[in-house]
Order: sequence, then structure tokens, then C-alpha cells
Amino acid sequence: MTITEKILASRCGKKEVSPGELINAKVDIVLANDITAPIAITEFKKIGAKGVFDKDRIALIPDHFAPQKDIKAAEQCRMLRDFSREYELGLYFEVGRMGVEHALLPEQGIVVPGDLVIGADSHTCTYGGLGAFATGVGSTDVASAMATGECWFKVPESMKFIYYGKLNKWVGGKDLILHTIGDIGVDGALYRAMEFTGETISSLPMYARLTMCNMAIEAGGKNGIIAPDKITEQYVKGRAKREYKFYSSDKDAAYVRTIEYDCSKIPLTVSCPHLPSNTKPAAGLSSITIDQVVVGSCTNGRIEDLREAAEIIKGKKVNPNVRMIVIPATQQIYLDAVKEGLAEIFVNAGAVFSTPTCGPCLGGHMGILAKGERALATTNRNFVGRMGHPESEVYLSNPAVAAATAIMGRIAVPEEVI
Amino acid sequence: MILKGRVWKFGDNIDTDAIIPARYLNTSDPAELAKHVMEDADRDFPSKVKAGDLIVADANFGCGSSREHAPIAIKAAGVQAVVAKSFARIFYRNAFNIGLPIFESDEASGKIQEGDQIEIDADRGVIRNVSRSEEYAAKPIPPFMQELISAGGLIEWTRRRLKAS
Repeated sequence: MTITEKILASRCGKKEVSPGELINAKVDIVLANDITAPIAITEFKKIGAKGVFDKDRIALIPDHFAPQKDIKAAEQCRMLRDFSREYELGLYFEVGRMGVEHALLPEQGIVVPGDLVIGADSHTCTYGGLGAFATGVGSTDVASAMATGECWFKVPESMKFIYYGKLNKWVGGKDLILHTIGDIGVDGALYRAMEFTGETISSLPMYARLTMCNMAIEAGGKNGIIAPDKITEQYVKGRAKREYKFYSSDKDAAYVRTIEYDCSKIPLTVSCPHLPSNTKPAAGLSSITIDQVVVGSCTNGRIEDLREAAEIIKGKKVNPNVRMIVIPATQQIYLDAVKEGLAEIFVNAGAVFSTPTCGPCLGGHMGILAKGERALATTNRNFVGRMGHPESEVYLSNPAVAAATAIMGRIAVPEEVI
Repeated sequence: MILKGRVWKFGDNIDTDAIIPARYLNTSDPAELAKHVMEDADRDFPSKVKAGDLIVADANFGCGSSREHAPIAIKAAGVQAVVAKSFARIFYRNAFNIGLPIFESDEASGKIQEGDQIEIDADRGVIRNVSRSEEYAAKPIPPFMQELISAGGLIEWTRRRLKAS
């Protein structure tokens, strides 16, 4: 069996499961945010359950339109707070303690290796970086799981991705996953598990693994997953709030498709409008002028991402034609960035340094694009209207390319500015 | 169940931001969401669509976000069903969970044109194009999903299950 099949089997009390099988499995963590929880809460009340399945396994995180951006958003956030109080939920995170959900839960050791996690947010697949099975579902799924602690799944077929070779300078997890999506397309892994393996992955730090698994959904994947190892152990040691278990795929596990990538040939990569699969080498896009640069999100808002951007922009200025918005993904990352002097570097360069929020990534608030404006962002989607006006454009990149672009006012690679 | 109506046609990879842009997600009121359905794919769609109409699209319909607001907006706009070559998986789940009928059919998606009148025999999985006198087969709906549909969605299915246990 694959790692995905093993975790699913363990949660439905079976020795084995196979692709295509429909199972009802026990979940370890159920997650929703201020966009998706209100529907989940309304639906939960219709079930007529006596209570929630486990008050310490339901995470409600206001992060999308929080800090509350308008009255309607405030009403939605209040539903999370009221519900959390009513049911005495242990994993409600108020503004000031919250963070972008998929950065927060691994950081706080709330999601651990071997977990089965569902979240009413498509980027729930991020936790595959820890060796957990994690997948996005809808609000109604969350409502049902809050009542029963279970969720229905179709066991996915697995695709194996083997990455080998040395990464080029500044190329990281974001480039690997954008390159992969560019290769297989936005439905190239539809309904499937994407298992990332190979020597390059074995030496990839945790933040980059989380970035890769985060974007599995952008290829249509059900989950992204990386077998836990020493790097995982180091990351979870001292954080994990519960016992964890390392699963790995059997040598004879069955894959529907195997794809290999020579990482020494993968360049700094940018996804052009309006699909994540529309990838091009960053170096060839120097004629594209940019109005706004965003560094942050569940994809690239971790401290290492901020360090990478800061290293490039230190002592330099954001181009006069650019708004640069830097958003640490959690309060802890925010604090670390302040302590390490990263916040000062960004502010001195003429960038905004914001409190944690999903904000601009989904065109919510904190950096919306006007008609005709163009952004380059370290976020995960560049669909039509994603960051604002339907006639605006979004390009996706890693944090180093984003920082170089902010300095040049056009898409640029780090070598051009350092 | 026979679903009969006029078709609106869309292409590949219609994402959830096109179905219901995030700028309207500060509410989950179905009627409000319906006012903006498919707006970023076709600005005039909310005013053109009529109760009883159907959507036919190409591959990977509903890709992107997990927002259940997407199938809710489509349903609240009066669209009876969506036919596509394939659906993104979270949209697929959400549609069954909330009771929006969806059908996968390469042939139907390829041959049906905007404005065609079609009839979907949901039980038999047959899509009849009245305008062109053609018939196409839809992929069979898995038994568990049929169980969800006949229960009236996941919430009712869960409610019954908890009551029985």
C-alpha cells in the first residue's frame, strides 16, 4: 500500500484499502475558517447532534477576512466565536492569536504526522508535508464530521513524483510544485494522491515541503504527501501536541503513474495568468511590469520565506511604481520577523508589513487590485479576478523572485539585484 | 427524475472564483450569492439565467477553492443541474452533499451547444438533446452517492445515521 492508503486504512479499521473504495474514516482534526465555518455551523445545527464529537479536535480559525474587514465579515467571524464558546472548543484562535490556518496548525503541533485531517479549505492538503493525509472538503462535510468525527472518502489512486538532482540557486519548493503543475496541468492529478519522493525531497526543509503539498490541489490532487523522515522528526519534536506515527509506502505499492524530474533543469518558475499551470521561466518575463508584490499566504508566508525575500531586499528600495505587501502567516512568524530584524528591512525598503491574514490572496482585503493592475505574489492561485478586479492579473512565484520583482518594478530574478 | 431546460455553455477549468468571486463571500445567503453567480466568467450571466436552466461545461468544472458557496450559488440561481466532462473533486463532493445534481459526460459536453434544450433522465443517466435529437450517456452515479441523493443530502444522511445509532 501507499502511505495515503495506509493512513486511510488505519482510520477505518481495515487492514487494507484499495483505490476506488468508498470508506467512512475517523478524522483526527476538523478545520474551518471564517468563510466556510458559518455554513458548517448552520448545517451542524440541523443535524440535531447532542454535541460535537471532540471539543479539542475542531479548529475554527478566522483568517480569511480577519481582522474583520467589514460588518458582514465581522458577523461571520462572530459565528465562529459564539459557536466555539457554546461548545467550549479548544482550538478556536482569536485575532491576535490566529494565523493563516495552514501555517498555524503545523507550527503549533496541532496537526502531526500520520493524522487524517479534513478542512473546509482547499489548501488543507498542506499537512501532507508532515506525512499526514489531509484534504479539503466542503462546509457540509465539516458539519457532519463535527457531529460524528467521521467523513466519507473515495480512496484515491496515487501518482508518484520522483525529484532528483541539485536545486539551482534560489530555486525551492515553490518552483518544484509550479513546474510540476505546469507539466501535468490543473487537472493532471484530479481525484488522485500526489506523493512527492526522491533525493531532492529527502533534503528539502519542512517549510518547502509544506509549500509543495499546499499546491497539490492546484493540479486537482486530493492530497499531496511526503513520507516523514529525520527532517520531519526534527520539525515535530517539541511541537507535537499529540502522539504521532510515521507511515511510508511499501516498496511494491501501486501507482497509477510515475513521473521523474531532474531538478538541476528546473529554473525559477512563474505561473502566468490565469491558471497555475501556465508556467514560464522567470528569467524570460522581464518585460512584464508589476504594480503590486505580495509575499505571504499559506503557501509562502513562513519565516524562511520572509528571510529569503529579506535577504534580497535588504538595503534596497521597493520600486516607486510598486506596492509591496509582506504578510507573515502567523503571530509567531510575525514576532520572529520582528526579532530577526526582517520587519525593519521590509519597512525600510518601503514595503507594508502586515498582521497575519489570507487577505489579498483571495481578493478579500489588504491589497486588492484595480482594473488593469498586475500583481506578482507568492500565493497559490491566479484565476481571473482572484486578487481583485476581473480585469486584473496575478503572476505566482517564490519569495526571492517576488523580492527581486518588487525592486525592479518588473518580473526579475535575484541575480539582477544582488 | 427528469431535468429539462435550456443550456448555458462554459469551457474548461471554470474555477470557483469565476463561479462566485471571493469578494462576495462575506455572506453565505444563497439569494445574495445567486446575484453574482458565474459573474467573472460571464458578467451578464446572473441577469440572463432563468430558473430551470442547465449548465454544460468542459473539463475540471469547479476547480480551486473548497467554497460550498459555489454549488449553492448555482442552485440558488435556479440552475437545475450541471453537466461537464469532469468536475474538480471538492466541487463534486459539495454538489452531492448539498443536493445539486451533476453529471459527467464527455459526449454531452462535446456536442451540446449553448441554447440547446436538453432533458436529463437522472435515474437512467441519459442526457437527451431535444434541439439536435441526440442522446448521450452520463457516467453512472456510485451507489453511495445515490444514497446521499435519496436521503436529501449529507446532513439528512448524517442525522438519520446518528438517530439510528
